[in-house]
Amino acid sequence: MGELLGRDIVSIHDLDLDEIAHILDVAATMVPAARGQEQRPLLHGRILAELFFEPSTRTRLSFESAMKRLAGQVINFGELSTTSVVKGETLADTVRMVESYSDVIVVRHPQEGAARLAADFTTKPVINGGDGAGQHPTQTLLDLFTITQRKGAIGGINVTIVGDLKYGRTVHSLAVALSRMGASLTFVSPASLAMPTEIVEACRNEYRKGNGGSVRMGSDLESFISAADVLYVTRIQKERFPDPEEYRKVANTYRVDVELLGRAKGSCIVMHPLPRVDEIDPAVDETEHAIYFDQAFNGVPVRMALLALLLGAIP
Amino acid sequence: MKELHVTPISNGTVIDHITPGRALDVLRIIGITGKGLNSAVSVVMHVPSVDGGWKDIVKVQDRELLPQEVRKITLVAPRITINIIRNYEVAEKYRPATPDEVVGLVRCANPNCITNKEREPVTPRFAVVTRDPVRLRCRYCERELDDVSPHLM
Repeated sequence: MGELLGRDIVSIHDLDLDEIAHILDVAATMVPAARGQEQRPLLHGRILAELFFEPSTRTRLSFESAMKRLAGQVINFGELSTTSVVKGETLADTVRMVESYSDVIVVRHPQEGAARLAADFTTKPVINGGDGAGQHPTQTLLDLFTITQRKGAIGGINVTIVGDLKYGRTVHSLAVALSRMGASLTFVSPASLAMPTEIVEACRNEYRKGNGGSVRMGSDLESFISAADVLYVTRIQKERFPDPEEYRKVANTYRVDVELLGRAKGSCIVMHPLPRVDEIDPAVDETEHAIYFDQAFNGVPVRMALLALLLGAIP
Repeated sequence: MKELHVTPISNGTVIDHITPGRALDVLRIIGITGKGLNSAVSVVMHVPSVDGGWKDIVKVQDRELLPQEVRKITLVAPRITINIIRNYEVAEKYRPATPDEVVGLVRCANPNCITNKEREPVTPRFAVVTRDPVRLRCRYCERELDDVSPHLM
């Protein structure tokens, strides 16, 4: 395990398993402060700069909440249309300017690799808040935190991931991280939205090291539901389809409802990165299975942990 | 058996053990278009190799390759042998290794990668995932690239 002080968190691959475990342990200690039940002014006088080049609700609000719960300050450039970005400023220049105003920088950008580029141009720690269809490491960390919280350990459990596995950025890094930690994975999707081969291979490579996990793939959710300890549901995103007819064909392939969950283990938890549309019936919200709103809350303690670690407030 | 003759070169470079089908990529990398040449270039495609497989060969009279050109060639033909010929003799012979990191030689195939954005001051950079066949991973967007040839800079 390396020192997290001053590090960039651009990809989940930047972290080894011990570092991930340390972040999740610290996140667990942040929960009461994240709920406002205790004060932890660890980052008083520190400033987080948010460079959000595309809209975001949860990521942005939970970073702001995390920084403010630790008594830190947040700056951002408000509406993108009023910034020097629309005047043609490069990302590299924007980052070099902002580093002199802040202690840590979160970048969300529509292009893959943007956060890595930003990190190249500043000595301040950079956190990737999502780069196009690429990485979103804090989402992966909060997903891992949620599973650990509910299941105790990740090794040996079955995580069934359903929906758009081709374009969904959160599921690629989550799948690889889970395979490193020894969870067995089941990928359920229409054939046209299957998990990319390189991700499946990356998971298999982890299993070849002998951690006991395995991977299965298919399109029939009903046949896999009874084995799932975690059902991770993703939205099939309309905006990814060039042809509306192609979208219509797969749009309502999966709908998780109370009847389907009747065939799942009683302890099976249902996760979703949100926003959801029709893929989870609202009636599921009332069941013990539904934990997606807790999962969204977990974005706060996980990001608090990361900010405190990167800024050296916690070793 | 009637032998097919390829003119030996007196001085220059023989690029041997080129992955079959890649000879034209090699010519493109070393900037040989067929125009403005004053010396001989021989291209041999799909001939038996001693290891039982097939190979292409390129011979260029009066030309030694730049290190940058050799590095690029190893990305499309990782098993090449370079023979430098002086006065009809092999003066030097070596098997160049594919580098561990590829910097400024290849563009990322992902059109939405930040390295393909105009004006950003960034040099494309790749980790070599496998050497034969060559598979690269973009340092920025983490996409993997398995056919390097169309993306050479």
